[in-house]
Amino acid sequence: MQQKTETGYFGAFGGRYVPETLMHALEELEEAYERYRADPEFVEELDGLARDFVGRPTPLMFAQRLTQKWGGANVYFKREDLAHTGAHKINNTLGQILLADRMGKDRIIAETGAGQHGVATATVAALYGKQCVVYMGEEDTRRQRLNVVRMQLLGAEVVPVTSGSKTLKDAVNEAIRDWVTNVDDTHYIIGSVVGPSPYPRIVRDFQTVIGREIDVQARERFGREPDAVLACVGAGSNAIGAFHPFVGREDVRLVGVEAAGRGLQSGEHGASLAAGKLGVLHGALCYVLQSEDGQITEAHSISAGLDYPAVGPEHSFLRDEAIAEYASVTDEEALEAFTLCSRAEGIIPALETAHAISYAEKVARELGPGRNLVVNLSGRGDKDVETASEALRVDG
Amino acid sequence: MTGREDLRAAFSEERAAIMPYLTAGYPTLDGAREVGEAYIAAGADVVEIGVPFSDPLADGPTIQGTTTQALRNGANVDYCLDLASGLSRRVPVVFLVYYNSIFARGAGRFFADAAEAGISGLVVPDLPVDEAAKMSEVSLERGVAICPLAAPTTTEARLATIGAVTSKAGFVYCVSVSGVTGAREALPPGAVALLRRVRSAVEAPVALGFGIGSEAAAVEAAAEADGVIIGSKLMQLVGEGGPEKAGEWLRGVREAVVGVPRPDAWART
Repeated sequence: MQQKTETGYFGAFGGRYVPETLMHALEELEEAYERYRADPEFVEELDGLARDFVGRPTPLMFAQRLTQKWGGANVYFKREDLAHTGAHKINNTLGQILLADRMGKDRIIAETGAGQHGVATATVAALYGKQCVVYMGEEDTRRQRLNVVRMQLLGAEVVPVTSGSKTLKDAVNEAIRDWVTNVDDTHYIIGSVVGPSPYPRIVRDFQTVIGREIDVQARERFGREPDAVLACVGAGSNAIGAFHPFVGREDVRLVGVEAAGRGLQSGEHGASLAAGKLGVLHGALCYVLQSEDGQITEAHSISAGLDYPAVGPEHSFLRDEAIAEYASVTDEEALEAFTLCSRAEGIIPALETAHAISYAEKVARELGPGRNLVVNLSGRGDKDVETASEALRVDG
Repeated sequence: MTGREDLRAAFSEERAAIMPYLTAGYPTLDGAREVGEAYIAAGADVVEIGVPFSDPLADGPTIQGTTTQALRNGANVDYCLDLASGLSRRVPVVFLVYYNSIFARGAGRFFADAAEAGISGLVVPDLPVDEAAKMSEVSLERGVAICPLAAPTTTEARLATIGAVTSKAGFVYCVSVSGVTGAREALPPGAVALLRRVRSAVEAPVALGFGIGSEAAAVEAAAEADGVIIGSKLMQLVGEGGPEKAGEWLRGVREAVVGVPRPDAWART
């Protein structure tokens, strides 16, 4: 595997394209991470909290009615929606708060789109008694009011971002500006496998607990590794977490599902791998939605968490090396899967997750009966009920 | 002359160089040309042209506002090059450009076009010296210098890395404060110490920027720095009173730095 993670690159992707002011902080973070990832006390503390605070391991559930309905492979759900705060995001924030604590940083900042990462950050900041500031696009603070209130209840300050397109990418810009200004006492908990090195690797490693558990649970449930693992991909943290232990295993198909929004042809989507070009955003070289001139364009998806105009450098690498395959699903298809999963399995999934569920039907049929497919059920859909009810009303 | 030589010649032992910044395309496409003319008339030694980018993460609200407006006005890279070529025969011009604008055009083509437009150097705020190494060949070939940045958080080890490339640089851009661009009344407390630290590590003129927002701060900076970069304050003035107001203020600064004693001035070689 040519993953040059030692120098901050995955093949040609990644790197550290940030202002000089942040370079020392990134070097410090890398050193701290190298030191603590192997420290038994650190690992014990993280594992203990993962168990008692987050509720890990999350179950692997057989989705019986969807399996029957689709008539293909056995469909299993990895229930990250049952993790504390309702999504996989907590795996990363918990690991990073431990790092921040070890590094003596008492102020935590984060960006958030739909609010799931913001809630997960506010949660661990509360747990460790840290000051917490979350940047959120002004548009998103309106669309996701419930999560704004949750963050505030947890003691975080939510700062609406009014620059640029007032959504996730601008919230990241604002978080980076804060970090540049307060780098001495502040740790930036980035929410996905993006940003300058070493973030994509740190976030991946903390999310890899998902894939490790799938590997063990698959053997317990059906005696071998899964034939396919599916996950939705915005910037890509839940997918990398689910995929990573299976990278290099030829018999496991890894399928990432991007947001096709109103259709790839419409230009209104979040499919950076399908329709982006190589570029640099938020410190990393990766696939980016951009104009000819290199201006970053706005992404669109019905799910705020997939509404990001770039994708992590490691996904860029896995796609170009054909180690993982990537597809895309429209808003409409995601909504259908959202309803289907709610009614057939009694689980209201996040709209992000619904993209993976939608595409699972195709993969289940391709694989056929007797094979096993795992969908990473990355989050619960409570936050999306308003968006969904509006969209479904319009549609019929 | 190469861009490096043009830039080196702009710094003198007598007084600090005055290096005003303008956002290309602000307040309008034509208005930015007038801003450049006003800077030259006020005695600018180097003009910095900011290439508008959708996600300027090193910039504070003032310059963000100007770049957003400039993009709405249709300021693309071709326009920025054209703007530069109208000024570059009379004063050395430096592009302040985020890396994706270079990457999207292709570094080879970007440097060729920059050379054609008479641009002397590039300041790339999101391209630390480590990542810039891959462009040093094309930079030398085209005679467009890369001007590295140093910041208060830059360690001695990193300063040594920066020092190692400065024989090829036009100047070193010293960031006065940990933060984003934006006008501040007084020079940040650590700025002078930082300037001295950077100067002892590099073999190039050292210009101070980020937050120089008053004549007093400019004069204070001029006693230590080889050049004084002023951005947000001038963009505020352009917004309030157009190119004339900015030019007038700049002329005052230019006059005020004459005669400021400079014990450690860059000695031209």
